[in-house]
Amino acid sequence: MRKKKLSKLKEAAIRAFFFTSAVLAILVLVGIFATLITTAFPVFKEINIGRFLSGKTWDPTSPEKAEYGILSMIMSTLLVTVGALAIAVPIGIGVAAYLSDVAHWRVREIVKPVVEILAGIPSVVIGFLGMVLFAPTIAKVFHVPHGLTALNGSLLLAIMALPTIISISEDSLNAVPAIYSEASLALGASRWQTLVRVKLPAALSGIIAASMLGMGRAIGETITVLMATGNARTFPHLPQALLESVRTMTANIAIELGEVPYYTTHYYALFAIGLVLFVMTFIVNLVADVVLRKYQEREQ
Amino acid sequence: MKKIITTTLVIMGLLLGLGGLASAQKAKMIQVKGSDTLVNLVQVLAEQYMERNPGKALAVMGGGSSTGIAALTNGTCDIADHSRVWKQKEIDLAWEKGVNPRFFVVAVDGVSIIVNEKNTLDKMTMADVGALYRGDIKNWKAVGGPDKAVSLYGRQSNSGTYVFMQEHVLGNKNYSTDMKEMNGNAQIIEGVLQDEGGIGYVGVGYLFDQTGKVRKGLKVLNISRTADGQAYSPLDKAAVDSGNYPIARGLYQATNGKPSAAVADFIRFEISDEGQQIVVKEGFFAISPAHKASDEKNLR
Repeated sequence: MRKKKLSKLKEAAIRAFFFTSAVLAILVLVGIFATLITTAFPVFKEINIGRFLSGKTWDPTSPEKAEYGILSMIMSTLLVTVGALAIAVPIGIGVAAYLSDVAHWRVREIVKPVVEILAGIPSVVIGFLGMVLFAPTIAKVFHVPHGLTALNGSLLLAIMALPTIISISEDSLNAVPAIYSEASLALGASRWQTLVRVKLPAALSGIIAASMLGMGRAIGETITVLMATGNARTFPHLPQALLESVRTMTANIAIELGEVPYYTTHYYALFAIGLVLFVMTFIVNLVADVVLRKYQEREQ
Repeated sequence: MKKIITTTLVIMGLLLGLGGLASAQKAKMIQVKGSDTLVNLVQVLAEQYMERNPGKALAVMGGGSSTGIAALTNGTCDIADHSRVWKQKEIDLAWEKGVNPRFFVVAVDGVSIIVNEKNTLDKMTMADVGALYRGDIKNWKAVGGPDKAVSLYGRQSNSGTYVFMQEHVLGNKNYSTDMKEMNGNAQIIEGVLQDEGGIGYVGVGYLFDQTGKVRKGLKVLNISRTADGQAYSPLDKAAVDSGNYPIARGLYQATNGKPSAAVADFIRFEISDEGQQIVVKEGFFAISPAHKASDEKNLR
């Protein structure tokens, strides 16, 4: 009789612990969002939100006229992120497909751990590599005066997003039921046709989710772009902006938050930039979630 | 009901535990924060001071003059390093917060304008340097140099050197948004070394390599105050001291009111003959007797 009571108590305690963990996670997220909103809100009493989002000049410490427009930084963040995805998604899906379908198991044993190690390289080291190795190479290859450009940032962010994209895409490809490929091969399709026409579409939801997670990583990356993109406050005009210096929102917050006196307009404006970043990442994750769910429903 | 009670108890326990950790004793270390121009110099001075005075502990950090000033105002450091004078706004804000800043000159700097050694120019007027950094002139040939686009390297808005240049050379106008905003003096030098059209501004102490000679690949421009005036080099102590070199400035430290005994002892070491020898060895210039007298007065 006592044994049954003890095991019931243990179970209740374990369940409470898991429940507490979940509650804490939600509290932390809500707490961060609440802090961002309450600290960013005062800025919109002094600066029109339209001008904040559409102004091209950010110069809060200007001796002439303080400007709080973040459009250049939003465009720079998007430019560097989209550039990173343009490089990382095709390569990532390719590597995932290779690992899941084509590679000899010995090659797989080597490549998979290497990809995971790539994920563990500190972002500041990658930023340093970008400054010291990639930038001079870009300058030489494209005949531009210096390599501290959006392209440099995209390359580095692609390196950082690749492990995420490869891992999750490979898991998705492996999760495709074997019956699909067997049926396709039985009907006479080649292995390539099976991969491209059957397996990849079946794993698409996972691949899109992987790309979205990679995108989330790229949008929020700070120290790498701070070191490697030159931090110029100009508006990035495509296509030459790829080979020019840009400043992302994350780099801007890192540069200025240390120097700003607390509770001034500049201080609130920096938190407002953080809020914009938070909202962007939130939307990206939401879209990934919706896409995943839509494809899962279709499967059903 | 049981679940809610258990959850509440667990969360309370965690919060109490964290609170306990936070109130743990901190060692009595003198915190020095601020100017990147000063950081290397003050680190060497601090090391030498700690060697001569075992038992004393100092922590020296960078972050830019504005960061140091904000830290002193917010009470998070004992000494603020700054390479520009405080703005009236900053002094007012400090007074509002009950902080009464007191200033000490610990070294003298000639802000050096550097270009790549492949640039044919040897000297420039202050006005032309300002025009380049405001973005009014975009090609070197307009000031007598080679036919190359001007590639601007500068600091970020948290830097005292950034603000000093803006006030004294740019005539308190906005910087060009094409200027690449680097994280410190060292990054500017690396940038200009690799960029044939590059121009940058750094503290004079950063020009030298291990052997005490100007870094190979850099050219230090002689600057004249007027179009037909004589151009002086920042490496010429007499020119810097006499004010003939137009972009000379003091390097300062600020404390909150009368410095404590420990802090005052360190400042006394810095302005002593021993300390000033270290200043000169690091590539900067010693303070004048007038500076020293004013510092001694402020120590009392």
